[in-house]
Amino acid sequence: MNAEPLVRVEDKLYYNRYLVDVGRPHVKVRAHTTPSPQLLALLKACPARCYELNDEGQVEVTVDGCIECGTCRVIGEPTGDIEWSYPRGGYGVLFKFG
Amino acid sequence: MIDERFDAIVVGAGMAGNAAALTLAKRGMKVLQLERGEYAGSKNVQGAILYADMMEKLIPAFRDEAPLERHLVEQRFWMMDDRSHLGMQYRSEDFNEERPNRYTIIRAQFDKWFSSKVREAGATVLCETTVTELARDDHGKVIGIHTDRRDGEIHADVVVLAEGVNGLLGTRAGLRARPEPDKVALAVKEMHFLPRETIEARFNLEGDEGLVIEAAGTISRGMTGMGFIYANKECISLGIGCLVADFQRTGETPYGLLDHFKRHPSVAPLIAGSEVKEYSAHLIPEGGYKAIPQLYGEGWVVAGDAAQLNNAVHREGSNLAMTSGRIAAEAISQLKSRGDRMTAKNLSLYKKMLDDSFVIKDLKKYKDLPILMHTNSQNFFLTYPQLLSRAMQNFVRVDGTPKAEKEKMTLKSFVKARSWTGLFGDAFRFARAWR
Repeated sequence: MNAEPLVRVEDKLYYNRYLVDVGRPHVKVRAHTTPSPQLLALLKACPARCYELNDEGQVEVTVDGCIECGTCRVIGEPTGDIEWSYPRGGYGVLFKFG
Repeated sequence: MIDERFDAIVVGAGMAGNAAALTLAKRGMKVLQLERGEYAGSKNVQGAILYADMMEKLIPAFRDEAPLERHLVEQRFWMMDDRSHLGMQYRSEDFNEERPNRYTIIRAQFDKWFSSKVREAGATVLCETTVTELARDDHGKVIGIHTDRRDGEIHADVVVLAEGVNGLLGTRAGLRARPEPDKVALAVKEMHFLPRETIEARFNLEGDEGLVIEAAGTISRGMTGMGFIYANKECISLGIGCLVADFQRTGETPYGLLDHFKRHPSVAPLIAGSEVKEYSAHLIPEGGYKAIPQLYGEGWVVAGDAAQLNNAVHREGSNLAMTSGRIAAEAISQLKSRGDRMTAKNLSLYKKMLDDSFVIKDLKKYKDLPILMHTNSQNFFLTYPQLLSRAMQNFVRVDGTPKAEKEKMTLKSFVKARSWTGLFGDAFRFARAWR
């Protein structure tokens, strides 16, 4: 396979408008020492790359760029790995086109 | 403060919710509609195609005032490998008709307009309000909702759950299961802006004519998925979606797939020089007929994507959403006018009416196709597109090889890749699932 140029998701998210609900993330990762396969899958499956590994090898979520698709809920909620709610009314991504 | 009691509460202001709220309000019912976005449309993501027939049943004169992009005169299907596409193209002057059949739209704009019609019809529309929980009585009957805006419950005789594919309320209340990873696709999309004339020149369009390209093949890297390109007035909606289970299994990234699709030699020239103004993602119900949950219960009904009503074969969803929302509302208003209570038994009228409509009939027709596609994705989305592309190249490339030999080579490549049993089996299974 030929090498693929790195896709910078943060550049894509920069096009979008958000109203961030500071201090009230709508998605939370359950505390863990070793991440489950489901949590690890989110590192790649999340289209906004909200999930990242920290230095200790645990999965962390930063919801500021979340586009509220629900993919992580479908993958990670059944195992209890994450808690998923919609943002409070008016907060989150504000699509201009949708 | 909302102390009053409503005839019906509609959760969500997408196609299903707006259709339901509009129909209920028009029939004189006291309706409260709740939407978590800053306005109706600001959380709604779709390709998007609007189906006029179903829209006309709600707002007959919508063409005069709705924000429409282009009416479709052409449909292209592309079967792609990494360097080619084998296409089927249908274009007809018949689609340049007085009342066109399909339009491209931009959901945030269209839904905002749709919502204004819901308000005009007399419904109370409350935006920036997330419904957090259903309110139920001691017997479990749904009697209203809780929101994140104020304490206490808001009561209604019936709650219409039009909360979308990722509807939390119904799942939390145990009315239906959370969609499973192999029953929903994740699609990502970008809006590419270009001057109108450029779009018209690149797609061979005149005036408000529009076009759709649907693409499948190696672009989904063996996963069950499709790419799409829709021409709007001054922008192109471009995206790709695959089953969530496939993303989970393969470790492919949605944005990697999207970028790969954009760089395909058949696609890149269409969007060259464009300015991207938005990146969005959305889940699409793909489970078909067999994934439809319970549609009604004590004091509630569910419509649209929340009920997984999506025809994956024809890429139709918004029309199923608006039709199910409308039919739910019609069933409710029939009960109301007869003075019947909103019990599960009485609300089964909604399912009966929906069963008689194209919504359930179409989904039933293709009931076996999702599983066939999902379990044979390598063959249908990777092997066959590659084989067909090579066969086509073999057919058109002139290199002095006798034609009989060429045909033999093509046939051999198919048998080698899938075996005779495999080829006949695939054809048989596909035909059986389609009919």
